[in-house]
Amino acid sequence: MATLKINGATKTVDVPADTPLLWVIREHLRMTGTKFGCGKGLCGACTVHIDGVATRTCITPVDAAEGTDITTIEGLGGDHPVQKAWVAEQVPQCGYCQSGQIMQAAAFLKDNPNPSGDDIVGAMTGNLCRCMAYKRIKAAVARAATDMQKG
Amino acid sequence: MTKIEKIGRTESKGAVDVTRRGFLVGTLAVGTLTMGYGLLPAVGGLAEAKAAGSFAPNIWFTMDEAGKVIVNITKAEMGQHVGTPLSQALAEELEVPWDDVSIAYVSTAPEYGLFVTGGSWSVNWTFDQMSRAGAAGRIALMEAAVKHWGVALSELRAEQGMVHHAKSGRKISYGDLVKAGATARAFSEDELKGITLKDPASRRYVGKPMPALDIPAKTNGSATFGLDVFVEGMVYATPKVPPVRYGAKVKSVDDSAAKKVAGYQGHVVINDVTGTTTGWISVLADSYPQAIKARDALKVDYDLGVNAKVSSADILADAKKLQKSGAGAQLFVKDGDSAKAIKGAKTRHEAVYTTQLNIHAPLEPMNAVVEVKDDVYHIHTGNQFQTLAVGLVPAALQIDPSQVVVHQYHLGGGFGRRLESDYILVAALTAKEAGKPVKLIYSREADTVMDFTRTLTHQKLTGGGADGRLVGLEQQVVSAWATARQTPAFLADSVDKQGKVDPFSINGSDHWYSIPNQTVRTIKSELAQSATPSGQLRSVAPGWTFWAVECFLDEMAHKMGVDPLKMRLAMLDSQGKNAGSAPMAVGGASRLANVLQMAADKGGYGKKMPANTGIGIASVSAQERATPTWTACATQVHVNPKTGEFKVEKMTLVIDVGTAVNPDGVRAQVEGGALWGLSLATKEFANMKNGAIQQDNYDTYTPLRMEDMPDIDVTVLSPGHYPVGCGEPGVTVVAPTIANAIFAASGARVRDLPITAAAVKAAMA
Repeated sequence: MATLKINGATKTVDVPADTPLLWVIREHLRMTGTKFGCGKGLCGACTVHIDGVATRTCITPVDAAEGTDITTIEGLGGDHPVQKAWVAEQVPQCGYCQSGQIMQAAAFLKDNPNPSGDDIVGAMTGNLCRCMAYKRIKAAVARAATDMQKG
Repeated sequence: MTKIEKIGRTESKGAVDVTRRGFLVGTLAVGTLTMGYGLLPAVGGLAEAKAAGSFAPNIWFTMDEAGKVIVNITKAEMGQHVGTPLSQALAEELEVPWDDVSIAYVSTAPEYGLFVTGGSWSVNWTFDQMSRAGAAGRIALMEAAVKHWGVALSELRAEQGMVHHAKSGRKISYGDLVKAGATARAFSEDELKGITLKDPASRRYVGKPMPALDIPAKTNGSATFGLDVFVEGMVYATPKVPPVRYGAKVKSVDDSAAKKVAGYQGHVVINDVTGTTTGWISVLADSYPQAIKARDALKVDYDLGVNAKVSSADILADAKKLQKSGAGAQLFVKDGDSAKAIKGAKTRHEAVYTTQLNIHAPLEPMNAVVEVKDDVYHIHTGNQFQTLAVGLVPAALQIDPSQVVVHQYHLGGGFGRRLESDYILVAALTAKEAGKPVKLIYSREADTVMDFTRTLTHQKLTGGGADGRLVGLEQQVVSAWATARQTPAFLADSVDKQGKVDPFSINGSDHWYSIPNQTVRTIKSELAQSATPSGQLRSVAPGWTFWAVECFLDEMAHKMGVDPLKMRLAMLDSQGKNAGSAPMAVGGASRLANVLQMAADKGGYGKKMPANTGIGIASVSAQERATPTWTACATQVHVNPKTGEFKVEKMTLVIDVGTAVNPDGVRAQVEGGALWGLSLATKEFANMKNGAIQQDNYDTYTPLRMEDMPDIDVTVLSPGHYPVGCGEPGVTVVAPTIANAIFAASGARVRDLPITAAAVKAAMA
């Protein structure tokens, strides 16, 4: 049994303590925006915020997330500047990695609101996009940073 | 947001359904299936493939009483936003506001004909069909207005969802016409062909960068992929795959340890009579993590089969042997007398090019949900070749094809991997044995080691040159033939009718350079065929044929002492068979010369470079000679002369797609495609040892990351000819530009993909 605070709501799930958080979010709570890619923290498709930090849920046991504040793509609000920038730059191709990319970028821009191009690459290079929409991902992170600066 | 829904209607041939709430336009198939696969015969024994050549009625959109349009998309959405350009074509002629347009990815049904997405075919095959379907809808609505008002059709004008009668100043919306019971009708093929489509100058949507209809849902987590499907009472399954890629058999299973895993629900030894998989077991559990634990606890005794000792080195050695003996070689191109021309040429050259195994590795692991309801297998998944699945599943389960429906979802990457049916078959067989709905999910590792890889290829090129161009060229390619495994009836006759060729393992070698004496042969390696069942990987054969041809042209130019650009331009003379023809190849090779010159100019070719830096060029006419997309690239590379390490600094691409129905969508495909080309050329390597693929996750199989991205400059040309494809040509053109640039920078000639620093260093020595 695990109790999670996720997107502001408290949820209790009956799963073994070592169950990766990813599967609890996706299959038990059915918030399917968070994706399964590699199971080893190599691709970033499963990224959510845990206490504001971009975290790979495929290698995070559910019991480690108890007592934290979890935000998934569904909890980002839909009109977050990063999400708007993603639409403006027409970033997604297949879209499967994009929840993870967006969560990674949103956490990054909170810590580094005025990033250089190299900063963006350093923050985002751990998130694999198999369609290789990297040019637009990079442009959208830069656009979101600018938009957030403007307020 | 895109809608995903089942189409439950099965109208009789030619009929058009008019319901109280919905207005449908049925069209008789326009015949666009007569291109590409459609030219080829139906798959023997697979009833479903008959659809490929049939004239079934098709239903392309619905409109409701509010005038809202849902465009039915039979193509798989895997990142190309395919529904958007197809909707642009339809909405253009239907004359509806763009905001009223949404798309639905339809489930398989016979009236839609062939379901296949690949080959950069989608827009090319269906642009005319979708345009005419929209026009037919507009005409039917205007005819409804004729009845409504009792006026002549010639007095009416349709615009943006309204029919106007200028004389009386009256107007009525499409939605109101639907509400009033607009009577739709069927159009014969001749009638459809006779419709005059809009003049390109008056288009509102076609040629405009309309925002992709599928993108908003892909930024908020709401886009539904196959992995996101739930059905009542389902159990989870994951495959336990054998230690050999192909040919293993399960001898016995001991699940005593698995039984101790919480949630374990048993296992199913997959008896796959289609031969798509061998030696697989499905492991069932209450959850995916529990299924993985139980999988690891399962003890299996295998017969490892004939491929248990095969390695990439063996396949390469076999290819060399076949290359030498020419055993089984089939002719694909035969112009003039190449042997004689080369023998008599002033400059002669020979070179061998190879490419190693590559893995699709789409980010969404293979998965499918199968639920049996009323004896019908409902398959929920993302797939590129549903028509094949609807043929294979009945064969595997001994049921009738009418008992299988594939419900389509977003694909978390396709790249040709989801042309396969393995995951659908395994899920269906598991659901049958388990007697309950099953959600099958591959682990990343199973997905990787059981990939239908891009074949290892071995190509020998021999050429003769004089006066700054080639007078003779021979190319012989040894590889596995994906088509021979997956869809053998799609093999084509060799040019001398002496045997069969897999066009999808050799095309691209029939390029648009004028060489009076040219011979191309293709050889199937039975060892590769058996040990590494190959699939179509984004860019297919042009991904290796142009690699060899464009590197070889560079080598020949240098050997003859002429500029590689000038030599190519001289040979792209649009003479004879390379003059091109309407509608697909207007202008022929001159359009390839144009993009090549543009890419060279924009990329800085011929300008003074910094030390140890060079620019390589290439031009390709991928994907197929009949439907060429004129594509060129100039790539700038810096090489470390001590270590052989190289950095791709900038890629400049120019692509002529005839008409860019959605220019931004084309641009996105070319950007991603070019990086795919770079990734395959420099980052992606797989190999086989003891019959097994040695890479199993993104730490060992390493597609390009953002840190590896060079500057990319893409120019999309849209001169107004019939649209051709854009998903793959950008992939094919890149690898040779890198090798040619490395040569320009360092004098090192590399001939194996992926290119490594060690190979560059060795070639410098």
